[in-house]
Amino acid sequence: MGKVNKGAGAIADVIVAGAGPAGTNAALAAAASGLDVVLLDEQDAAGGQVWRKPLDGLNGLPETAELKAGNALRERLIASNVRFLPGRRIWSVSGQYRVDVIGADNPEFFEAPHLIAATGAHERVVPFEGWTLPGVIGLAGATTLIKSGGIVPGNRIVVAGSGPLLTAVAAGILKLGGTVAAVVDIAPLGAWLKALPALASVPSLLAQGAVWTLAIGRARVPVYRGHAVVRALGNGRLEQVVIGPVDAAGAPVAGSDAFTIDADCLCVGNGLVAGSDITRCLRAGHTYDRLRGGVVPVLDDAGRTSRAGLYACGDGYGIRGAAMAESAGVLAGLAAACDAGAISAEEMQRRAAPHRATFAARRRFSDAMAGMMALRPEQVRAIAPETVVCRCEDITRGAIDAAIAAGAKDLNQLKHFTRCGMGPCQARMCGDVVAELLAIGTGDRAALGALTMRPPLRPVPLEALLGDFSYSDIPIPEPAPL
Amino acid sequence: MSYDLVIVGGGVHGCTAALFAARGGMKVALVERGALAREASGVNAGTLTMQMTRVALIPYALRAHAMWANAREWLGHDVGVVVCDGLSLAFTEQEAQLLSYRAGKRREAGAPIDLISGTEAKSIEPGLADGVLLAGHCRVDGFANAYLTGLAFQRALREAGVDVLEYTPATGIEREAGGFAVLTSAGPVRGKRLLLAGGVWIEPMLGWLGIRLPIKTLVNQLAVSERVQPVMRTVVGIANGLLSLKQYPHGTVVIGGGWQGIGDRERGGVELVPERLIGNARLACHAIPALRAARMVRAWAGLEAETADALPAVGPVPGIPDAYVCGSVHSGYTSGPYIARLLAEHLLGKEPSLPLFPIDRLLAPATGREGLT
Ligand SMILES: Cc1cc2nc3c(=O)[nH]c(=O)nc-3n(C[C@H](O)[C@H](O)[C@H](O)COP(=O)(O)OP(=O)(O)OC[C@H]3O[C@@H](n4cnc5c(N)ncnc54)[C@H](O)[C@@H]3O)c2cc1C
Ligand SMILES: Cc1cc2nc3c(=O)[nH]c(=O)nc-3n(C[C@H](O)[C@H](O)[C@H](O)COP(=O)(O)OP(=O)(O)OC[C@H]3O[C@@H](n4cnc5c(N)ncnc54)[C@H](O)[C@@H]3O)c2cc1C
Repeated sequence: MGKVNKGAGAIADVIVAGAGPAGTNAALAAAASGLDVVLLDEQDAAGGQVWRKPLDGLNGLPETAELKAGNALRERLIASNVRFLPGRRIWSVSGQYRVDVIGADNPEFFEAPHLIAATGAHERVVPFEGWTLPGVIGLAGATTLIKSGGIVPGNRIVVAGSGPLLTAVAAGILKLGGTVAAVVDIAPLGAWLKALPALASVPSLLAQGAVWTLAIGRARVPVYRGHAVVRALGNGRLEQVVIGPVDAAGAPVAGSDAFTIDADCLCVGNGLVAGSDITRCLRAGHTYDRLRGGVVPVLDDAGRTSRAGLYACGDGYGIRGAAMAESAGVLAGLAAACDAGAISAEEMQRRAAPHRATFAARRRFSDAMAGMMALRPEQVRAIAPETVVCRCEDITRGAIDAAIAAGAKDLNQLKHFTRCGMGPCQARMCGDVVAELLAIGTGDRAALGALTMRPPLRPVPLEALLGDFSYSDIPIPEPAPL
Repeated sequence: MSYDLVIVGGGVHGCTAALFAARGGMKVALVERGALAREASGVNAGTLTMQMTRVALIPYALRAHAMWANAREWLGHDVGVVVCDGLSLAFTEQEAQLLSYRAGKRREAGAPIDLISGTEAKSIEPGLADGVLLAGHCRVDGFANAYLTGLAFQRALREAGVDVLEYTPATGIEREAGGFAVLTSAGPVRGKRLLLAGGVWIEPMLGWLGIRLPIKTLVNQLAVSERVQPVMRTVVGIANGLLSLKQYPHGTVVIGGGWQGIGDRERGGVELVPERLIGNARLACHAIPALRAARMVRAWAGLEAETADALPAVGPVPGIPDAYVCGSVHSGYTSGPYIARLLAEHLLGKEPSLPLFPIDRLLAPATGREGLT
């Protein structure tokens, strides 16, 4: 590995960023084609979000299908000649291509002519009054606690928001012996019934959902469909969740009865955002796609971006779910192998064929799920003026509207006017909600794009960036003119 | 309809000139490609310091500093100015020599810089590392919150009656009877006089008038930490000028000093060089060790203009009556308001209190290079 200041970086044929289902499969496919592949992830094991490995020493966690799939993937990785480097946080991507990481004793970097971006999605929470109270956690975040630690995040838990994670989290809590006070789903029953044929197109996944739903029914957990959280209440921490009915578009029904549920934990999430971190940072071509979770790179059918040698796959670059992430990963790995000359175009097509078939077969299912998780503009419009939208900087809806009234017309300018998105979450929490608020006035969400992406891709402690150095090691440029 | 003055470029130079020209009674239009102060003037480090200012600009910078210090009076809107002590550090013998020489020259030009020992420096800035051999200490220092510049000027210009045309790129200039037509995406904007204040883009803008003034584009990198407990209370730099460091009242620390990223006038600052972000961070933590514990949350780059002699291009455009240029001022956020106000005074027919920086000296061959110093 290259140490900064001390010689060149470690050279590889391909660097894969992120070892979830997408990235790991990409790395395996490229390595199986004979390429030297470096696979980087900030976590200690491969598996990503969905196939997260339980913490070491935790035995006796329920043996789930996801745990099995994750273990199988990790075994394939060990058996391969992919150079997997866990515990590496990528903070910079540059050049053609250089990837800088922290996590080892000194900062390191890797260089390769091919870079596959597979860093995964992050969660969206559409703000409501009280969402920053202790005891309110993300729905996707809850899956992390459940999977890596077998942790039930409260004594009486309300599970709320949208999409398939609702049932997954509620069932996961029940399986660990926890209590679910209610499931609150923004989608009305009708929306699920309408999606049913699409969901039935992948019977195994529909069956999985059915098992979870049955478990929730067996535990007699009340399920409120077509409802959303109105506010979270509590003195210093969550005590009650107020919910109320919403219409088909996700807007609260005016004058309708809200009611209160006692709870000490609220797991709430409104789908996933495709952050497109690496492709945005490297300024590949992008487009706005609400179904796919935001501003996503323009990709060909094998995951090639508009920049030569740069590929993207998985939910971080377009929400499609874990199964599609795997196929997309294989395709990107093969594309890199083909472009590097390791396999011929015919060979690539031959090996890609089954994965393209999987991709096609799952499309309906995946679109239906992505549709359930997509941002609902009406829900964003309903955010109250006094509700905090940017929690890092404590900026309310009212302050954002005031900046828009003062003339802020694009996202970067809105950020300058308010500091919204300047905090440590780097606008991951508020970014696409704020864009939707700005779009109310401009009328064109797609044209707003996304905030300019820059390193560090994640916050990095300066300590970790510095490494060991003495003053004379600092390559100080020529002094400015006097 | 014809304006008295059409200004192209809404950075600190264009905006300040517009403000004072309008207050002086002119009817002014400001044509800006994007939003006000979103290039250099909105993304710079905001340091208002004499210790990085070029010697020839010290008299201007001192007056400009006084303007920033009471921005509420002439600008009327907040840009978060903090006036505090500034320290320029030397860690090696070589740097100490450089510092003594440079501080001496700046002092001769009027900057109130004293040379003090490392111990004295530490009493002024308790966050300082050990090992400082010598420091330049200046009481006329401080910083602004550059990202607030656009909002502040937008309000001030509206109140002064300037027609601000944002998101309106200029694409060319035609000379016509009685003045100029600035061609824009929204049609021509006509004026008796023309001021080009386009930052690094003054080179192509002057090109529209057939004038060739080479402008070098610097791509300056900056980084900012998350909010942290107070780790420093002064503006800290080093002798050769490659560090600028300060902590804002809300807790973030901005790390800069002119380390170069990748980009150009056409594409902007497209890429940051990781090695140089690390180098800059090392320098910062070498000076203020408590900074090590902070996390970097963001880095960015902006474009700064530099002429062949690194002195400003501010004055009439030779051979083209009623056309003016204002830009390429080193440490131009510090000095910009004063220098642009000088130009506005000139346009209003007043005798400027300090000389402008005519561009004749910089023009390519025909106009002669004798003026080059
Ligand atoms: C918090 C969360 C929980 C989820 N839980 C489920 C679930 O329970 N069931 C389900 O079906 N789907 C879940 N999903 C949806 C998930 O996106 C997909 O199921 C699937 O994991 C996508 O695979 P992927 O390979 O694209 O991304 P991921 O699985 O997210 O993998 C991306 C990997 O990249 C790494 N990474 C990201 N940024 C960096 C960086 N800067 N440096 C180094 N490494 C980095 C991450 O550590 C991660 O291991 C969840 C999503 C999220 C965000
Ligand atoms: C990263 C960085 C850090 C810096 N730090 C400091 C510091 O700490 N202290 C200090 O004193 N100085 C600093 N500087 C220098 C200072 O920012 C600049 O000198 C100053 O802001 C320049 O102002 P300007 O108005 O000349 O240019 P700009 O602010 O660049 O304004 C030029 C304007 O012209 C517009 N424009 C361009 N083309 C067209 C067109 N075709 N039509 C219409 N409009 C157009 C642009 O959009 C832009 O808004 C820094 C500079 C950078 C880049």
